[in-house]
Amino acid sequence: MDLLNALVLLANFMLVPALTYGCQLALGALGVTLIYSILRFSNFAHGETMAFGTAATILLTWWLQSMGVSFGPLPTALIAMPFGALAAVLLLLASDRVVYRFHRRQRATPVLLLIASLGVMFFYNGLIRFIIGPDDRIFTDGARFIVSAREFKAMTGLSQGLAIKTTQGITVLMTVILVAALFWFLTYTRTGKSMRAYSDNRDLALLSGINPDTVVRVAWILTAILATVAGVLYGLDKSFKPFTYLQILLPIFAAAIVGGLGSPLGAVAGGFIIAFSEVAVTFAYKRVIGYIVPPEWAPDTLVQFLSTDYKFAVSFTILVIVLLIRPTGIFRGQTL
Amino acid sequence: MSFLIGESMTGGYGSADILHDCTIGVERGEIAVVVGPNGAGKSTAMKAVFGMLNLRQGRVMMDGQDITALSPQQRVHQGMGFVPQTSNVFTGMSVQENLEMGAFIRDDDFLGTMEQVFDLFPILKQKRRQPAGELSGGQRQQVAVGRALMTQPQVLMLDEPTAGVSPIVMDELFDRIIDIAKLGIAILMVEQNAKQALNIADKGYVLVQGANRFTDTGEALLADPQVRQSFLGG
Repeated sequence: MDLLNALVLLANFMLVPALTYGCQLALGALGVTLIYSILRFSNFAHGETMAFGTAATILLTWWLQSMGVSFGPLPTALIAMPFGALAAVLLLLASDRVVYRFHRRQRATPVLLLIASLGVMFFYNGLIRFIIGPDDRIFTDGARFIVSAREFKAMTGLSQGLAIKTTQGITVLMTVILVAALFWFLTYTRTGKSMRAYSDNRDLALLSGINPDTVVRVAWILTAILATVAGVLYGLDKSFKPFTYLQILLPIFAAAIVGGLGSPLGAVAGGFIIAFSEVAVTFAYKRVIGYIVPPEWAPDTLVQFLSTDYKFAVSFTILVIVLLIRPTGIFRGQTL
Repeated sequence: MSFLIGESMTGGYGSADILHDCTIGVERGEIAVVVGPNGAGKSTAMKAVFGMLNLRQGRVMMDGQDITALSPQQRVHQGMGFVPQTSNVFTGMSVQENLEMGAFIRDDDFLGTMEQVFDLFPILKQKRRQPAGELSGGQRQQVAVGRALMTQPQVLMLDEPTAGVSPIVMDELFDRIIDIAKLGIAILMVEQNAKQALNIADKGYVLVQGANRFTDTGEALLADPQVRQSFLGG
């Protein structure tokens, strides 16, 4: 019984949140990896893309709410999300037209494009604060829990409860659907295959008559959708604050690189590796241990390896280790 | 006039010319081979015919049409297939996907062409699900040639197809190239293995320093004592 309680405690405070966070990172890292594999640069504006898509979704959500529209037990933001994604698509395509296309035609080096994306990031940064402001926004509504801690306790008779928030369930479900759809698209459709070919061998792809403009456009569209979904899910689960989205860029990049920059499978794996290690290292194990060991051995301290303030340090430690041991990442990146 | 011909081509990558008044051409169903010492501009001549090089003088004609101004991609649409010397397959994609990408510009059903390629290179049918990057050098070249054939080109241009493969595989590849020519496709290729290549050539071009030195049938070039002495090692 105590062992079960320990497991439930671990699941409630560690596994479920880490799984949710991992999904959000995986979606974010997929966007980064997609741009890297097609356009060959690290897109620093990705975090802000997530923020922009989310901001657009929030504005629309508020409008829907003011019109009295609701999605039953699900958050209204899910209705607004496709339109938020559309706004992000338009923004990215416009940025490509104004900024990146010029450098691409000049055959600019990746580092130049990276710096350009940094500029784009600052522009988005200002744009977002201009539209929605720098404050913290909570925009989730509908039912709060799928299973609340109290229901769980009543069901199982355990003293520990396992709560699963609606947002967590949605996050996992949406991620599964989106990742499956993306892999299906890349593996089986003509356009998806042409994107893989382009990322594999650009010159040969051109020789085969693959239109680079189409490939690049589709890459931006997919990235905008992935970024918006990742941003909205993160915002629903926690809250929306533009600065947080700038910060989340760091673990997202760590996830993409750990998995192998350019490999979609790696991005997903990397997202979960980073999320689970961040949560595992900053988790306080005191109560879990308390259930397992005899009472006289129970620890007095929190048994927390690192304070949560250091969670970014965890992703970067993993990043450094992976870069030292296996620089191409776990799944050998470079191509789709 | 030949079916495909690059006439008095002069040009290079930068300001210095590599090709000087160089002419190479090929007929339908025939094999033309470009040979010559290292740095003679063989590959450059080939690239010039394919439009990967800006020509200062001269023109490229195909089937009586002037295609000098067309980009390589447009030439693919016109019926030219090109197999580069290196990085000529999509390494991360399966053999079958490589062939599908070769047929990317086609809107019609290309399964028949794929069957033709599999008939030509039976080993590819066996390995159709395997990533091209995991194949041996000779098999990779077969994928590369197969990919270029998927557009059903009228001209196939091969840049050193036998570079880095064993002599047995080379003979095998040359046999396949003869088979392809028999389908009525014009084949223009650059080769390091001059003797063997001229053996199967209907027409041979010996280039030296970007200019034509000898032009004749493959047989005649092989018989020419001067050519033998200077370029074929006696």
